[in-house]
Amino acid sequence: MTKSPPDSAHDPLIDPSTETDPWAPLRGLTRARVGQPRAGDTVAGGEVLAFQLAHARARRAVMAPLRQEALRLDGAVLSVRSQAADRATFIRRPDLGRRLSADSAACLTRGSYDVAFVIADGLSALAAERQAPPLLAACHALLPGWRIAPVVVAHNARVALGDDIAHRLGAGCVVMMIGERPGLSVSDSLSLYMTWDPRPGRLDSERNCISNIHDQGGLSTGAAAAKLAGLLAGARRIGRSGIMLKDETPATLDGLASP
Amino acid sequence: MTYRATLDGELYRFADLRQVLARASPQRSGDELAGVAAADPVERIAARHALADVPLAAFLEDLPVPYETDEVTRLIVDTHDAAAFAPVAHMTVGQFRDWLLSHPADAEAIAALSPGLTPEMVAAVSKLMRNQDLIAAARKIRVRTAFRNTQGLPGRLGTRLQPNHPTDDPRGIAASLLDGLLLGVGDAVIGINPATDNIANGIVLLDMLEAVRTRYAIPTQSCVLTHVTNSIAMIERGAPVDLVFQSIAGTEAANTGFGVSLALLAEARDAALSLNRGTVGQDVMYFETGQGAALSANAHHGMDQQTAEVRAYAVARAFSPFLVNTVVGFIGPEYLYDGKQIIRAGLEDHFCGKLMGLPMGCDVCYTNHAEADQDDMDNLMMLLTVAGVNFLIAVPGGDDVMLSYQSLSYHDMLTLRSSFGVRAAPEFEAWLEGMELLDTRGRLRLNAPQALGRIIAPEG
Repeated sequence: MTKSPPDSAHDPLIDPSTETDPWAPLRGLTRARVGQPRAGDTVAGGEVLAFQLAHARARRAVMAPLRQEALRLDGAVLSVRSQAADRATFIRRPDLGRRLSADSAACLTRGSYDVAFVIADGLSALAAERQAPPLLAACHALLPGWRIAPVVVAHNARVALGDDIAHRLGAGCVVMMIGERPGLSVSDSLSLYMTWDPRPGRLDSERNCISNIHDQGGLSTGAAAAKLAGLLAGARRIGRSGIMLKDETPATLDGLASP
Repeated sequence: MTYRATLDGELYRFADLRQVLARASPQRSGDELAGVAAADPVERIAARHALADVPLAAFLEDLPVPYETDEVTRLIVDTHDAAAFAPVAHMTVGQFRDWLLSHPADAEAIAALSPGLTPEMVAAVSKLMRNQDLIAAARKIRVRTAFRNTQGLPGRLGTRLQPNHPTDDPRGIAASLLDGLLLGVGDAVIGINPATDNIANGIVLLDMLEAVRTRYAIPTQSCVLTHVTNSIAMIERGAPVDLVFQSIAGTEAANTGFGVSLALLAEARDAALSLNRGTVGQDVMYFETGQGAALSANAHHGMDQQTAEVRAYAVARAFSPFLVNTVVGFIGPEYLYDGKQIIRAGLEDHFCGKLMGLPMGCDVCYTNHAEADQDDMDNLMMLLTVAGVNFLIAVPGGDDVMLSYQSLSYHDMLTLRSSFGVRAAPEFEAWLEGMELLDTRGRLRLNAPQALGRIIAPEG
């Protein structure tokens, strides 16, 4: 370990519990890992273990399958799978995650609906399990008069899988509720992607996104439902979704890393 | 023209240079996703045999993307310096690899050659090089740039301080900024990726960075990494723009996906130059690139992702950038699957950037759906430091809470300095000494944060 200069005999960074820890008030301003205790040039061992635990949790969230029973959904539920047979394939092959398996395509029968909601694992089944059920309930409450298709639960699904699902169901709009790529501090954050007149081949620029839906400082499910209701009303008015349709508080879209 | 190799009596044919390059590329998920990778390990080596025999001059004729339909190809062809190319014009790709590693190929010889090399030649030779070759050859090349300090000097390692915050809260950003400055990081740039990407928010962040920089007379430059059109608008509104940032790719179609063209980049550079804010130099552009960017925009024209990546460097070098970095592990495991692929790609990008004449840095990073962890990043940061990388990106604790991925930490920069003897840019190092952050041996003092009281004390 680096030999401390004489004036650091009582070094607040070696003993962060000390009252003189200058970082204490600053840690409340950000989730970033600021003011970490040091061991020489690197961080103290406790920080290393804390980081590894956060990464292990994120990895578990990525690899976990979506448990339909954990959603506790009432009423009719349709379950579909993409052509990605397992999580490892799903991660390597986003193209397969955008296509329905033959069995799943066959089980979707055409009806006449205004909107279809799809609960999709994406990159965090945990996010779908935790955020989607209350979000779905909040959306239903805000959409009186809309003909809503039976909810679809989609496994190993990317955003564009919703286009094919809704097209086959005969829905005029699809809302994908999909788990985001987990971060170290939040592993259960959900995004909504709304696409008007969905069909295979729709571009990402033809969708609207509401991201960062979680209960650790993110957007609440109630607030997300209200935003979505506003977007749906706007999309119905202009007959399209995407960059032409503006949310008053635009969501940040991470183009390179969308799920 | 077809290209061929015979191994153990079996003939392997390749339709064009684009296919030879793709089949010769080391295994990576993005090329498999695009359907351009070698079918098996032996075909990959057959392609390398064929590639080794290709004359460098062939790359001036057999273009992977047509001249007529792609402005990046036109830039490459129209700016090719035949006089600079002359010393290697007779070589094959295999001979060029051996020459690069030879003793006569020193810093001056390679720098003189650089304008004569096209990205396809550079990508080609990298595919015949092992990781140690990529390091040994890159280590010879220094690319010096200047704005408020000098980057790229021998024995120096620049660092980008990246104080991102999920809602751009100025106090949250300030906490991460202070943490980095007190850990001696930030000479390459203090650069924020904004959560809200609009002009008004960008100006708020730039004003904040400017206030900190001028109050403490920090010899560095700031940047809000927003679209060039936003930077131009901010300059028009009088905002203190030091560096203009843009993500770029290696084909016109992919750049269109980013909302940029060569003309727009030139306009942005002119706008930044008009402010005349540099003190020791006027290199004003900051570019980010990454393997997979063209494929993710469905604009790769059948090229492998590494060849497309090097074409982005041809775009970058047309604008004399202060900084360029690959975001190597950020684009995701569908392009670079695991730590091995990320490490190899990071070394390729650095070597190819340097050979193209760029001040190449790296965001040593990975996402949580990649088969990688911080041990892989430790390996890559150390390999790149040995290779003489211009700068690396660092965030508090290696955890970017806005972009939700893992990069290097401020502390990692201290580890690199002590492990390899590399130092911050001289102007910035002098500032660290003036702020009493360094001990008598140039190490960051353990009690440096006691300077925090001085630094964050209210003004006046």
